[in-house]
Amino acid sequence: MESAIHARGLRKAFGRARVLHGVDLTVPTGTLLALLGPNGSGKTTTVRILTTLLRADGGTATVGGYDVAREGDRVRRVIGLTAQQATVDDLLTGRENLELFAGLYHLGRREARRRAQELLERFDLTTAADRRAGAYSGGMRRRLDLAASMVGAPRILFLDEPTTGLDPRSRAELWAVIRELLASGTTILLTTQYLDEADQLADRIAVLDGGRVVADDAPAALKRQVGSERLVLRLAGDEDAARAAAVLAAQGEDARRSPGDDPSEVTLALHGPDHLRRVLDLLHRAGVAPERVELRAPTLDDVFFELTKAVAA
Amino acid sequence: MTAMTTTAAAAAGRRGSGAGDLGRLIARALRHETCTVDALIVNIAMPVAIMVVFVYVFGGAITTGSSGLEYIDFAVPGVLVMCAGYGAALTAVSMAEEMTGGMIDRFRTLPIGAWTVPAALVIASVVRNVATTGIALAVAVVLGFRPDATPAGWVLTAAVVAGYVLAMSALAVLWGLMVTSTQAAGAFSFVVLFLPYLSDTVVPAETMPGALRAFAEHQPITPLVETLRGLLLDRPIGDSGWIAAAWLAGAVVVATPLAAARFRRRTSA
Repeated sequence: MESAIHARGLRKAFGRARVLHGVDLTVPTGTLLALLGPNGSGKTTTVRILTTLLRADGGTATVGGYDVAREGDRVRRVIGLTAQQATVDDLLTGRENLELFAGLYHLGRREARRRAQELLERFDLTTAADRRAGAYSGGMRRRLDLAASMVGAPRILFLDEPTTGLDPRSRAELWAVIRELLASGTTILLTTQYLDEADQLADRIAVLDGGRVVADDAPAALKRQVGSERLVLRLAGDEDAARAAAVLAAQGEDARRSPGDDPSEVTLALHGPDHLRRVLDLLHRAGVAPERVELRAPTLDDVFFELTKAVAA
Repeated sequence: MTAMTTTAAAAAGRRGSGAGDLGRLIARALRHETCTVDALIVNIAMPVAIMVVFVYVFGGAITTGSSGLEYIDFAVPGVLVMCAGYGAALTAVSMAEEMTGGMIDRFRTLPIGAWTVPAALVIASVVRNVATTGIALAVAVVLGFRPDATPAGWVLTAAVVAGYVLAMSALAVLWGLMVTSTQAAGAFSFVVLFLPYLSDTVVPAETMPGALRAFAEHQPITPLVETLRGLLLDRPIGDSGWIAAAWLAGAVVVATPLAAARFRRRTSA
């Protein structure tokens, strides 16, 4: 399958701070790749290089078949970008914003007006169309920003943390819009700090850590690697927690007392009901009784813990 | 919907003209000035207030020295320069806002030349500030200013004001690109508003102590104001016209390539 985005060995340093250490990415046409990573992992830098806003120090990348370093003009004609910071004109209305950008895509006055109206309808902004964008709620601003990115009907869309700071409802609405864009054939590269977001939307997840891709796989495969759920054992105190962790570790379990969390807790990746029984049996035989047992979905922290452990081993 | 998307995609591939893009961005910048109350206050109330303060508040207390002019006639040309300069200096804030607010990223992913962004700010500033200076002049007339300019004098007056706004806007864009916050960009307005006080604009330079007087007589605002006085009151201008023109041209010639280089640096790297 032809790849819409293809990057090999992207490197970038700002002064002495090395941000990217050779990033490889491939996004097949019509799919969504989630670039998952914490703050400072290099997500935005990667997006800025791929959208021609920033020049890489090393490596190559093509977007839509065009070289981002040498054919910036051509790349810009096939992409749309929704940056982390909403980039709409607060002083103009939603409609004026879209008409301005449509004009700058050289759509012609009547065509620009039609395109703006079409996007306002599609992104559910018709009632707010003639209000100033500065007065929009966070969710509306993001939708306007996304609509602005779609003005030129891009084949390839970059979304840099599109849902950061949104309430759950706005987030769900934005997810629906992203799914629609994907269904209509747009290739999407989305960055996120949230594993569940990547899981919900992505065909493939690339995990970025410290400027390197530490994993690149289908969500299901990645989740298998990380374990589906986390078992959290709360013990009577620090000492009990230390003993529980030691007992489990002696039996080959990957239990850890997560730094920053409650010191009386022990966390481990859980692989099914049998595994839960085995863990509780082990503790029972060792005479350590947890006060409470909790299950929770794996977080980004867990993913990093698992993946960086795999890299270190 | 699908058909529409296709036409949009086809259009996105079309190359537009730089002039067309520039026009759209100028229209946007001017729209900013009419769509908010604070912008209207800055553009209209400020020039009116400055004019009223100078004519009524200072007017009674200041004598015009050897020029033999009424204070209103002495002050109005300089106050016009203050109004024009103040408005032009605000371009620094607009430029800094584009750079720090993220709009520049949006523009840079569009198929337009990035240079159109600062160029549009400068041109919009000229249009806007020539207009607001016109308002200030109208207020001056209401307050008793009686210009005797010839038709050619009016045309030249407009040209001098436009040239001053152009020069100050170019410097403002450079300043706006040097600083990293809109607050710091705002400091430029203060400098531009203050400079006329240290010239032959508000009080005659001959009343100032030695060093200050030397500065006042040789800084660009003095020949500029002399030129406007000469044009508006139909008095001899002497060398002032050429000196003012040289200052303005010099500012544009120096500021433009520096701003362009700074802009390229800020938008590449």
